[in-house]
Amino acid sequence: MAVVRTQKVRKVYEMGDFKLEALKGVDLEVEQGEYLSIMGPSGSGKSTLFNMIGGLDKPTDGKVYIDDVDVAQLDAYELAWLRCRKIGYIFQSFNLIPVMTALENVTLPMVFAGLTSDEARDKGVDLLTKVGLGERISHKPFELSGGQQQRVAVARAFANDPAIILADEPTGNLDLHTGTEIIELLREMNKESGVTVISATHDHKMLSVSDRVIWVRDGLIDRIINREDLKISVGTIDGQA
Amino acid sequence: MAVSPDVTIENQVKLPMSKAIEISFNSVKIRFGRSLITVSGIVLAIAFLMSIWVNTEIIDGIKAAGDSKLDLILQKKGIDVDPDSASAMQERSKNNWLVVLSLLVCLVGITNAMLMSVTERFKEIGTMKCMGALDGFIIKLFLLESGFMGTAGTLLGVLVGLLLSVGLSSITYGAAMFPHIPWSGVLWSAIYATVIGASLSLFGGIIPAYRAAKMEPVDAMALEV
Repeated sequence: MAVVRTQKVRKVYEMGDFKLEALKGVDLEVEQGEYLSIMGPSGSGKSTLFNMIGGLDKPTDGKVYIDDVDVAQLDAYELAWLRCRKIGYIFQSFNLIPVMTALENVTLPMVFAGLTSDEARDKGVDLLTKVGLGERISHKPFELSGGQQQRVAVARAFANDPAIILADEPTGNLDLHTGTEIIELLREMNKESGVTVISATHDHKMLSVSDRVIWVRDGLIDRIINREDLKISVGTIDGQA
Repeated sequence: MAVSPDVTIENQVKLPMSKAIEISFNSVKIRFGRSLITVSGIVLAIAFLMSIWVNTEIIDGIKAAGDSKLDLILQKKGIDVDPDSASAMQERSKNNWLVVLSLLVCLVGITNAMLMSVTERFKEIGTMKCMGALDGFIIKLFLLESGFMGTAGTLLGVLVGLLLSVGLSSITYGAAMFPHIPWSGVLWSAIYATVIGASLSLFGGIIPAYRAAKMEPVDAMALEV
């Protein structure tokens, strides 16, 4: 089943008289449980496409379906519901709430979803243990390293058992080693829970774990490469990936 | 599996008041130094307001007492014992101006502080919206925050103003004035000052809170602050 489907999605940004066509009609289907990477240089429309899929932005033309629901038709409540329950976000700069502990950060989406404090705490501890931070649940973000902060962010993204994890350059602010750890963690969680992972990235380490890689160029999908074909090209492009 | 647009959805995305209070209270507590600056603005403005009112009450009380010794001190200070005289009227309108000015300063100070606190936290707000926070949550959080700061500042301001004006008056008039202080009038001044302080901080918090809540998550995240 396609968990995300876009139909001829166009996005035009108007800056005064100047019109910028960031997406020029993108058709894409993402399957349930897939690990998908979207690659492309900056300015290619990669981030715009990513925001569309995540229900963070609305297309100028065309349709975006998440779980067969047209995102454009949703009102504020339904959109909040979708972001809360269906989608987990992971950001390049972690975006943890600085005044909250790791556990509070992870439980915040559960509070929004209406869980009681006790349920949220138990689940939060479980998730933090799963990402390897069971010992650090009461630390504030500034007391954690970049990699640890991103692990908290991963736990938070899984808070409400979403169908889709959207990761925007999740390794962009991490060094090679920690970046690999985060990628492996995401892949593990993806295999374990069958959640769909969609990530926008520059990172070639991401290629080796992806089921499919989509290259975006000039607002269009340039090419799509499946896992089987990937392994060969990875070997030639990037030895250490 | 699918998001069906049924009516119960609004009940599934909620923020209980107790949790909202906890979050916003912690947020004030953790930014204590910063909150202190905001609060001190409120304290000063309300203390000023309160001291003017209490002073007027005390002088009125002493005048009404008709104690010849105290009247003499009043006259030495250049205060006209006759409440209908031109100079007494002038004094009152001057006082009113001072009160209005102090309130304006208070309002601008609180609004500015809240705007700053919203701008600093665009990213945080965007993140919360990405996690399914409704506009109402954000407004609730920021209003509560300004409410906490407003209440704390106002209460402190009332206390400071009261102590200051009673203390200074007692130096001028001596212990003889204490029986003549109209405490009910002072109490009412305290109540008015509290109401004014609380509503000013709510009012000062509304615009920034609304601005924060209306932001699209994409815009909030894209801003580099």
